[in-house]
Amino acid sequence: MIDVLYFAWVRERIGLPKERVETGAQTVADLVEELRQREARYAAAFEDLSALRVAVDQELSDFDAPLSGVREVAFFPPMTGG
Amino acid sequence: MEVRVQSAPFRPGEELDAFTAAVPGAGAVVSFTGIVRDDSGTLAEMVIEHYPGMTEAALTQIAEDAQARWSLSGGLIIHRFGVLAPGEQIMMVATAARHRQVAFEAAEFLMDYLKSRAPFWKKERTATGDAWVAAKDSDEASLDRW
Repeated sequence: MIDVLYFAWVRERIGLPKERVETGAQTVADLVEELRQREARYAAAFEDLSALRVAVDQELSDFDAPLSGVREVAFFPPMTGG
Repeated sequence: MEVRVQSAPFRPGEELDAFTAAVPGAGAVVSFTGIVRDDSGTLAEMVIEHYPGMTEAALTQIAEDAQARWSLSGGLIIHRFGVLAPGEQIMMVATAARHRQVAFEAAEFLMDYLKSRAPFWKKERTATGDAWVAAKDSDEASLDRW
């Protein structure tokens, strides 16, 4: 089980901030593909991966990152701090 | 370096006075305060979302990177989240060093990384609707100089 978190417009598009996902995905990209297959709102949120960033266990990562032993994955648009 | 993530407003002048008092011997203190701007004249409020846990970790990492790179007498990062009105302070950084060049450079470094490596997202609410603030390519490009 992995906690999957969504922020900003990704959260709005999917309609929830966080969910627990039962997955056999090996990488973040595999997880994205599983989510895309679920429903149109997921497909819409993950339509353009170049517009998204990913954090694995609260560290910025990339879509090739392995999920073995990972507890938390977050998807969000490029950050706008400051 | 002190890192604070908070919803409550803060007073930049008071923060700067307290920061300066805590870095005796520093010959230079630089500070920057970011303020909610209303370019269109229609902004009702700005909502800042963040990623609790990762936000603090990311800011602490940025602070540690700055300390490893420059010889600083001290540093401060304050960043707010939640609902902010136009004119309110969003965030502030302060750096202290023996000389001004180091203090200026470290403050710019903190700001550049804070813009695109700290998990905050800004949304503008106006009478005609809400819109997420898009990241600028120039913000990402500004990291190249470091």
